[in-house]
Amino acid sequence: MERTEITEKLTEIMEDVFDVDDLEYSDSLSAADIEDWDSLSNIRFMVAVEKAFGVRFTNSEIEGLDNIGQMADLIRSKQA
Amino acid sequence: MSDPLSLPWLLPAPADFRARIKAARTAEDLDPRAATGLAAHALDLSQLGQLGRLLAARHDEFAGMGRLRPITIGIAATHTADLVAEALPGTGLRHGLLVTTHQVDYGQTAQALLDSKSSLAEAKPDFVLLALDALALGLARPFFDQAEAEAAVQSALDYVISLRDGAKSNVGAGAILHTLAPPVETLFGSFDARQPGSVRWMIGRFNQRLASEAIGEADMLLDMAALAETVGLAHWHDPLRWHDAKMPFALDAIPLYADHVCRLLAAARGLSRKCLVLDLDNTLWGGVIGDDGVEGIRLGQGSAAGEAHLAIQSLAMDLRRRGIVLAVCSKNEEAAALIPFREHDEMVLKEEHISCFVANWTDKATNLKAIAQTLNIGTDALVFLDDNPAERERVRQELPEVAVPEVGEEPADYVRLLAMAGYFEAVSFGEEDRKRAEMYQANAQRSSAMQKIGNLDDYLASLEMTCSIRPFDELGRARVAQLINKSNQFNLTTRRYTEGEVATIESDPGKFTMQVRLVDRFGDNGMISVVVFDKGDQAWRCDTWLMSCRVLGRRVEEAVLAHVAKAARAEGAIQLIGEYLPTAKNVLVEKHFEKLGFHFAGELAGGGTSWVLDLADYRLPELPMDVRSSEEAGQQRTGVLA
Repeated sequence: MERTEITEKLTEIMEDVFDVDDLEYSDSLSAADIEDWDSLSNIRFMVAVEKAFGVRFTNSEIEGLDNIGQMADLIRSKQA
Repeated sequence: MSDPLSLPWLLPAPADFRARIKAARTAEDLDPRAATGLAAHALDLSQLGQLGRLLAARHDEFAGMGRLRPITIGIAATHTADLVAEALPGTGLRHGLLVTTHQVDYGQTAQALLDSKSSLAEAKPDFVLLALDALALGLARPFFDQAEAEAAVQSALDYVISLRDGAKSNVGAGAILHTLAPPVETLFGSFDARQPGSVRWMIGRFNQRLASEAIGEADMLLDMAALAETVGLAHWHDPLRWHDAKMPFALDAIPLYADHVCRLLAAARGLSRKCLVLDLDNTLWGGVIGDDGVEGIRLGQGSAAGEAHLAIQSLAMDLRRRGIVLAVCSKNEEAAALIPFREHDEMVLKEEHISCFVANWTDKATNLKAIAQTLNIGTDALVFLDDNPAERERVRQELPEVAVPEVGEEPADYVRLLAMAGYFEAVSFGEEDRKRAEMYQANAQRSSAMQKIGNLDDYLASLEMTCSIRPFDELGRARVAQLINKSNQFNLTTRRYTEGEVATIESDPGKFTMQVRLVDRFGDNGMISVVVFDKGDQAWRCDTWLMSCRVLGRRVEEAVLAHVAKAARAEGAIQLIGEYLPTAKNVLVEKHFEKLGFHFAGELAGGGTSWVLDLADYRLPELPMDVRSSEEAGQQRTGVLA
């Protein structure tokens, strides 16, 4: 899957999980930028992403992510 | 079949779900019914959250609708229950409930329930969901001594019971208690089942004792063990989510779990469904009774489809035995629809099990309303099982409060989907339940008798029927021969003639022949009856009389008789003679001549009965149809045949 396809899908998932409209995607997006992104909705987000892309994240992978761009790269590497 | 986690009995969420929620959130005039309709779909965790937030933001408008029962539920959990709390209000809408939740702080379960001044007590919940896990109950690690193991189970039960009592005396609420889901992992392997003190053994013992000893009158049991096993324990338990967030089960299972909690709450408020309304063709049996006949439908042992339909009937029968009322709503002629109930040996359901039987050509939404009225229950108490997606869609549109399981095309799936949907959730079972089906039946019989007296002719008139009758001719010959050779049920003599023989009859001046067609507002039924009489000086004898079962109950046979009687009179005859020759398939018409006013004239040698109509006594009937015959000049209006 192309990286732009991945980031587009991630944007939709974020809108859905964090209940925000018209989210402007950037690789640097993180929990600090979205009001409803707390530890619990983070887990919801991870599970939604796993389901949408058919991948599974380990706990250390989740803990190592600093922003959404890194997540897109991680998904890409898992799908390769 | 789909995964239970995806709530497969519900329609998938609409693609524009988020847009609809957004529109509702900002709408000046919120339509709470439309928002409630969204809850009838299979929503995921995010969607339930969005719906829940809409509900919180516009609470008063939903409450003002007056159709939702408000209920407050306290959640006391020994693990993370925030996402469950978030999912409950949206799920509650699906069950007619306006749910408010009050969550006890993490680790404060005992304090909240044992203190009558706790914030939980002040929230005055109707029920408290006691979500305790095996770890908190001391049952997550094995004991290798039977006495210790029994003591651990006893102490877990004592703890649960003390919290339950606290809910009652300090909070004034009933408790919802959980059984525990067994673990995936064994210690010994299968031997765990035999080893007192293994986690599986202790959880099994705890669950059994909880169900029989710990549920007080105001309390309810949520059998989470059964739910987890239905999903599959390896799917249910998600060790990473337990370790990183203390989630007691996989996030994907939350919508299903929330649905089960809300079923219980709805049952406690008397909102469970009361009546299962069944379609017939391709639901109770395979095939179409009107086309295939009782010999042709698929039902019973010996074929996969036949057994699947049998299983559906068995489930319906078992539901009836526990007090669920059964009704039939079918697009069929009533007479044809009843044939399998009366004649098919493998039918589990008989006529007497159906409290309200509606088979006609009116649209099903209208019929469902009539069924609810007859049974004196609300349409929101109905579940409608139908294989036809168009019928399901129409009913959903017209009557969104009726539960319509999305059953798909495979009848083998119907039983599971219907059971999974949990429409008939109960929190008790008593003598009254056992008798309920009979009680409703008595009501329905009275009411349907009243309806029938008033309405049969009105109904027939509403069909706008035109019946045209003409003698055999070349044009109709092939179809006449076809009907003569294939009609079994409505066939008085079952005499078979080839097309050549039909041509001979056609040109024989000693025969009086009729081919009958019927058009109604639903379309042209084509040639539906064939009749041959042998003309005598004094008496005309019926050689052949057959009719398509599709038009039973339409009084077409009366139009046929009027036509032949008139012709016989005109030629100076004084009697019509009818004969019934029984076969394995034509018992339907055993009393045909009697119903038409003929007198019994004796048994026939070789089986059968003979009947006579004295033409002097015969009065032409008024019929709810336009009858046109080619022998008459011009066309005549309704009923004025004389």
